[in-house]
Amino acid sequence: MSKYTLSINGESREVEAEPDMPLLWVLRDRLGLVGAKYGCGKGLCGACTVHLDGNPVRSCTLRVADVGDAAVISIEGLATGNGLHPLQEAWIEHDVAQCGYCQTGQIMSAAALLANNPTPNDDDIDAAMAGNYCRCGTYIRIRAAIHSAAKNTQSSVGQPGRSVVSHWVPAQTMEERS
Amino acid sequence: MKTNLFDEVKLGLQQQSISRRGFLKLSGITGGGFVLAATLPSFADELGTLVGSAELNTFVQLSSDGTITIYSARPDMGQGVKTSLPMIVAEEMGAKWDDVFVLQSEVGEEYGGQWVGGSNSIAASFNMMRQMGASAREMLIGAAAETLELPREEFSTNNSEVIHESGRRFTFGQLASLAIKQPLPDEDSLTFKDAEDYTIIGTSVSGVDNLVITTGLAMFGIDTEVPDMLYGAYHKCPAIGGSVVSANLAEIKALPGVKDAFVIEGNGRVDQLMPGIGIIGDSTWAVFNAKQKLKVNWDESNASKDSWRDLVKTASGLKDKRGRNMVVNKGSVDAQFDKKSNKVVEGFYTYPFVAHFCMEPMNCTASYVAGKAGEKDSIEIWVPTQNPASVGPTVAGLYGLENDRIEVHVTRLGGGFGRRFSNEFVCESVELSKRVKRPVKLTWTREDDIRHDYYRVGGFQALKGAINKKGKLVAWDQHFIGMRKDGRAVSGSRFSRNEFPLPNLINARGTSTMLDIATPCGPWRAPGANTHAFVVQSFIHELAHLAGRDHLEFLLEVMGKRQWLNPGNIRSLNTGRAIDVTTLAAKQAGWGKKLPAGRGLGLAFHFSHAAHIAEVAEVSVDKNKKLTVHRVTVAVDVGPIINRSGALSQVKGSIIDGLSTMVGQEITMEAGRIEQSNLHDYPVLRIPAAPEVDVHFIESDNPPTGLGEPGLPPLAPAVGNAIFAATGHRVRTMPLSKEGYSV
Ligand code: FES
Ligand code: FES
Repeated sequence: MSKYTLSINGESREVEAEPDMPLLWVLRDRLGLVGAKYGCGKGLCGACTVHLDGNPVRSCTLRVADVGDAAVISIEGLATGNGLHPLQEAWIEHDVAQCGYCQTGQIMSAAALLANNPTPNDDDIDAAMAGNYCRCGTYIRIRAAIHSAAKNTQSSVGQPGRSVVSHWVPAQTMEERS
Repeated sequence: MKTNLFDEVKLGLQQQSISRRGFLKLSGITGGGFVLAATLPSFADELGTLVGSAELNTFVQLSSDGTITIYSARPDMGQGVKTSLPMIVAEEMGAKWDDVFVLQSEVGEEYGGQWVGGSNSIAASFNMMRQMGASAREMLIGAAAETLELPREEFSTNNSEVIHESGRRFTFGQLASLAIKQPLPDEDSLTFKDAEDYTIIGTSVSGVDNLVITTGLAMFGIDTEVPDMLYGAYHKCPAIGGSVVSANLAEIKALPGVKDAFVIEGNGRVDQLMPGIGIIGDSTWAVFNAKQKLKVNWDESNASKDSWRDLVKTASGLKDKRGRNMVVNKGSVDAQFDKKSNKVVEGFYTYPFVAHFCMEPMNCTASYVAGKAGEKDSIEIWVPTQNPASVGPTVAGLYGLENDRIEVHVTRLGGGFGRRFSNEFVCESVELSKRVKRPVKLTWTREDDIRHDYYRVGGFQALKGAINKKGKLVAWDQHFIGMRKDGRAVSGSRFSRNEFPLPNLINARGTSTMLDIATPCGPWRAPGANTHAFVVQSFIHELAHLAGRDHLEFLLEVMGKRQWLNPGNIRSLNTGRAIDVTTLAAKQAGWGKKLPAGRGLGLAFHFSHAAHIAEVAEVSVDKNKKLTVHRVTVAVDVGPIINRSGALSQVKGSIIDGLSTMVGQEITMEAGRIEQSNLHDYPVLRIPAAPEVDVHFIESDNPPTGLGEPGLPPLAPAVGNAIFAATGHRVRTMPLSKEGYSV
C-alpha cells in the first residue's frame, strides 16, 4: 500500500492504494466518485473516461502510480460555477440517455473533443467518440447533442453560468427530437 | 473544486435514499426526476390516507406546495418507463408535468406487476396508471366542489389546477389537505380523457433521471455503497456446471487488499448458486486482480460439453430432412414442389448464440445479518433487476427463511435486454456476505459477464419455397432446428404455427428438430423474433427474386387480405396494419428509386410484441465488402405513443443494436467453454457506423404497447436484403463477418 496525493476535480486528495490499482477503482472505491463506470476494464468501451490534464483517458487502464501530479477531472467535476457543462445541458435537451450507464464516459470524451475543437463536424465527432460503446445505441442523439453543445459553447462565451432552472426542458416546449 | 451543484444534488439523493417514502420536496429544478431537499409538510402523517385507497396512495402523493410525487414501480433499464408511466398518471390527473417528480418505488404487491420485459410495461400498466391519475383527479375535484358548494360536474382539471366553469380556480396544492379527506372514487365510476384532449401523452419529455445521469449521480447497482461494505468477486468453472476440486487459496489470500478467499459448494443450480471460489477484498480491484491469479482444478465431469462446431455439423446434416415434430402441415406442399412448371428455391440459414453485454456488468450488494437471540436471520439486497418480485422468494428459499426476512431495493439498471431476470448474481452476493458476516458488493468482471450469460440461442433453419408460373408463392416448407435444455425448448427457440407467413399461406409445412445443449439460454431483446425475422423476411425476398417480382409487391401479396387473424388479441397479426406499415416504410424510403451500382434498398416487416413494424435499409457495399448503412426508414404501429422522445429513442436504439449484433457478434463454445470474453473478441458497433434513422409512427387505435424490442427484428433482414440488392449476394449466415463483411 502506498500513499498518493492526487489532484481530483481541483481538489487535492490523499489516497492509500496499491500502485497497480487503476485510477477507476481509486475514484470509485476509495473516493466515492462513482460517475466513471466499469464496462470492460481493458480500455475498450470508454465507460471509465476521465480527463488527465485535459486529455480523455481510460481510467480502467491507468495505474494510480502513473497519475503523478496530473489534474484529473471526472464527470463530477465537469460542471463548474453554478451551471451544468453545455454538453450536460445538451444531453438533457436531446434526451440522449437510455439506460445511461455509458453516458458519463460519452460526455467526458465529448468534452475533451469540444475543448480542442469547438466546432467539430460529424467526422470529427465520430473519430473522437469511436472508443465509447453504447449498448443502447444512442449514437444518433450523441452526435446531435455534441453539435448543439458546440453551438451553445460558441454563443455563451463570456456569459455567466446559467441557473439550474434553465437546464430542464419543459414537456410543452420540447420539440420532437431527433 | 467540486461544484455547489454537485453537492446539492448529491445531498438530495442521499436524503431520497434515507427517506424514500418520506415526503420530499423538489426545489430549483422543474420537470421531476430528483430531489434537492427533504421537507415534511404538516399533514405528512395523513399521507397514508391521501387518496384513501391502498392502490392510489401507492402511486400518487400531493403536497401543499403543489409538488406531485408519482411512484414508478417498474425498474428502468433504459426503456424509459420511469418517465412514460408517470406521464400517463399525470395526464389523467390534469397535472402540469413540471410539478411532477418521480421516485422509484420499493418492491411490493400493492404496486401490481413490477417486472420489466417483453415490451409489456405500457400495455400492462396503461389502465392502472390511468386509474391512479383519474382517481386523484376526482378527489381534487371533490375537494373543490365541497369548498365552493357547487356540483362537481361543473369542475375540471388542467395544468395542476381545478377549474370551475365560472373561471374560479384552485391550485392542486391549495386543495391537498382537503383532497385527502375525500372518499375514494368507485373504480367503475372513473372516466378517462379523450385522446384529443391529451396535453402530456404524445409529447416529448426528457427522461426524469437525465440530470443525475449526466452529472454522474445516477445510482446504478454497481454504485451501491452501504456502511461497512466489502467487495466481492465470484469465480465459476468456465465450462458451465463444473465444480471445484482445489485452488491456490493461500496464495490468493496473501495478495494485496484480499481479505478472504474460499470455496463455495453451491446448490448446483445455474440460476442460483453454482460451485465456485469467493474472493473478498477492500476494493473491486483487489478482488479482480486476485481473480486473475486464481488457479483452480475443476471437476468437469458434470459440466457442459457443448460445441458450436458440432452443432453446426449436426444441423447441416439435417438441412435436407424434415423435422420430426410437425408444427403445421396444410394444403399440398409436396405436390407443388413436384410440379414441373413451378420454380423452387432452398435456403439454409444460420444464426449464432449472442451475449447480452449489458453495459453494467451483473452485480449485487447484499447484507446477511444473523438473527440474534432466537430471531431469524435477515437479508437486505440492492440489485439492478428486471424481476424485483422474484428476488426475495429465491433467496428466502435458498436459506430457508420466510420472505419477510428479505428486503429488496431496486436500483437503476445499466441495461437489461432480458439478462436481468435471473438471480444467480443475487444468490452469490448473499452467500459472500453470509460467509464474511459483512455487507458485500459483488461485481462480475466483463469476462464473467460474457462467459456466464443466459445467451440468445443460436440455431438453423432450412427453407424451401415454390413459385408458380404466375409468380405466386404456392408452397412453403420450413424446418426449424432449435435448441433444448433439460428436455425443454430454451427461450427464443420456439417455432409456432402462428409465425408469419405460415397462417397466411394455403400450402405450408413447418417442422422442427431440437438439439440438446447444456449452455444456459434466456430472453434477449425480442426473443425468437430477432432470429425468425432474419430468416423469414430474407427468404421471402429470395422467393420474390425467384419470381422476378418487386419485393414490396410480393410481400404485400403474401400478407394477403386485410384481416386480424385472431380478432381482439393484440398479440396476433393484423395484416391490415402490416400492409400499412410496410407500404409507409417503402414510400418514405423512396422504394423503387434509382441507385448507383453497389447500393441497394432492402425491405423487411416483422410482427412481435403487439407491434407491427417495417424497415427499409439503404446500404452500399464496396469491393472489400465494407458496408455503409446510410439510412434506415422505419414505420411503426404500436398504437398511441406515450413519450414521443422515448419512443423514437427506443426505435433508433433497436436499429443500432440490431446492426451491431448482425455485423460481428457471435458466441461460440467448445468443450462447454465460451470462447469469447471481452470487446477484443466480441466486436460491437461504434458511432462512425451508426446510420441515419427515420421513424414514422402510425398512431392507430391499437391499445398502446411497448417499443423496447420490436424495432430490432426487421433490421437484420432489411440490411441482408439490401446487400442482395446491392451485390446479388445472399446473406444466410449471421454474423455478417462470417461472410467477409465489415462496417
Ligand atoms: S472500463 Fe475502461 S474502457 Fe471499458
Ligand atoms: S445509454 Fe445504455 S449503454 Fe449507453
